Amino acid sequence: MIEQLAIFSENKPGRLEKITEALAKANVNIRAIHVASLGDMGVIKLVVDRPDDAYRALGAPAAIRKIPCVAVRVPDRPGALHEVTRVLREAGINIENASGFAVSRAEAILLLEVADVPAAEQVLAQAEFKTLDEGEFEAAVL
Amino acid sequence: MPDLYDPLELTSRDELHALQLDRLRWTIAQAARSPHYAKVFSSLDISADSVNALDDLRRFPFTEKQDLRDSYPFGLLAVPKDEVVRMHHSSGTTGMAIAVFHTARDIAHWADLVARCLYMVGVRQGDVFQNMMTYGLFTGGLGLHYGAEKLGCFILPTGAGNSHRQIQFMQIFSTTFVHIIPSYALALLGAFEEMGVDPKSLSLRLAVGGAEPYSEGMRARLQESWGIPFYNCYGLSEMQGPGVAFECPAQQGLHIWEDSYLVEIINPDTGEPVSDGEEGELVLTSLTREAMPLIRYRTRDLTSFVPGPCPCGRTHRRLSRIQGRSDDMFILRGVNIFPLQIERVLMSMPEVGHNYLIVLDREGYADRLTVRVELTPEAFQGDLAHLKSLQDRIADALREEILVRPRVELVEPGSLPRQEGKAVRVVDEREG
Repeated sequence: MIEQLAIFSENKPGRLEKITEALAKANVNIRAIHVASLGDMGVIKLVVDRPDDAYRALGAPAAIRKIPCVAVRVPDRPGALHEVTRVLREAGINIENASGFAVSRAEAILLLEVADVPAAEQVLAQAEFKTLDEGEFEAAVL
Repeated sequence: MPDLYDPLELTSRDELHALQLDRLRWTIAQAARSPHYAKVFSSLDISADSVNALDDLRRFPFTEKQDLRDSYPFGLLAVPKDEVVRMHHSSGTTGMAIAVFHTARDIAHWADLVARCLYMVGVRQGDVFQNMMTYGLFTGGLGLHYGAEKLGCFILPTGAGNSHRQIQFMQIFSTTFVHIIPSYALALLGAFEEMGVDPKSLSLRLAVGGAEPYSEGMRARLQESWGIPFYNCYGLSEMQGPGVAFECPAQQGLHIWEDSYLVEIINPDTGEPVSDGEEGELVLTSLTREAMPLIRYRTRDLTSFVPGPCPCGRTHRRLSRIQGRSDDMFILRGVNIFPLQIERVLMSMPEVGHNYLIVLDREGYADRLTVRVELTPEAFQGDLAHLKSLQDRIADALREEILVRPRVELVEPGSLPRQEGKAVRVVDEREG
């Protein structure tokens, strides 16, 4: 399990910049970013190397929340994502949000938000997928 | 029996009426010395002799804010200029300005009424009073200052603004009570947080909130965050300034000092009195003012009498929380809306922060109402779906109250401008 930071941000020019500026000043490295918006509202999701420092840097009074998610390593080939979704569907687990990125020519990492993170990790492990904790995630993306 | 500043607070209604009648006759004779009232009274052939009972006041016409503007600067002055010791003045632009004059006795009586108000909520000699209300032409600063000084308080005349210094003063001089505009009291919470100071850890015992109407929900939030009672103060510069009416510790309406003011509440459309408990416009006649007495002055403030006796035993009637100034009302697609109605809804929702802004503009030919509210950090769940449902819930709750479904914009905590003076809550960008 790893932690994502979700930050409430108005959907306006300069809002994302404010966040990246604060993180740059705090020397926090961003591993993954995902931005979603709806009308005037946006939610920015970040995976960073030092979540606690990032949380402090963005600081009061920001609306910011730590969200646990599953980080799972998959081979970078056709059909790999499908195998993950099939395993989760068979276990009746709904994916609330997902993003992914390749970390090498051979491998990608998927980030999955689900209601019950340990349960999802368990079924993925049974299907012989490798799920990552914070340290493993850091090592994988280096 | 409460510990009283003035035995008049418990005087019987009959004695009060007799005193009012005496003072009313004196006031009308005094007003007749001003050019404005001299003309009005002679054109209607009325004078102090027309008053044999309090009800005879109704033979006199209302005085409107426009009369004060039209007679600017000296048309309502009822004493020779060399008896005037002070003026307060509206911030209005030319043509809208109002000047209010005071003799030395007016100032002394005002200080006495404010001292009575403060004593009622427990202020005594030795209290440390940080007066965070603007000093100067505005009555809020000097009005409370003189009353507190009369009680023997140690006063820090800080005025509004410079939040960090305000908090340092509270710490250094062990401030025990403050006078503050409610929206500034909310803004200061941000400064407390920045400085890592808990207001509950200070020597504060109470706060006086005045100069702008605010909702009961806002008061509850202030009392909770500051950890002290906030007492409502009502006044208007035309009648002296703060201290016309004030809450007692029961916090169930504001006692209006009927030895100094004759109170009517009227239907603003017909001018007829409303029945007890019904809302209407507050109309005041000053009973002691020398320099600038006003007869049946339409305040444009909307309120009602709180029925029944007050648990504190004081005989002076109570006004319900001021519901807003009729000037504050705006009309949207034919519906009358008061900003306080919107505030009441917002403050009842824990997900909504303390600060908000109402924006009126046009979309094509239609008026559009947008309510901008700050999300509280705790309310954010991390996803858009939840934000959207919160946005809808706020819009629905507002429609219930004001009959129009506004656009609701959720904005980041702390992003709306902090209010240090009288809060600007409504921005009207419609033309004309």
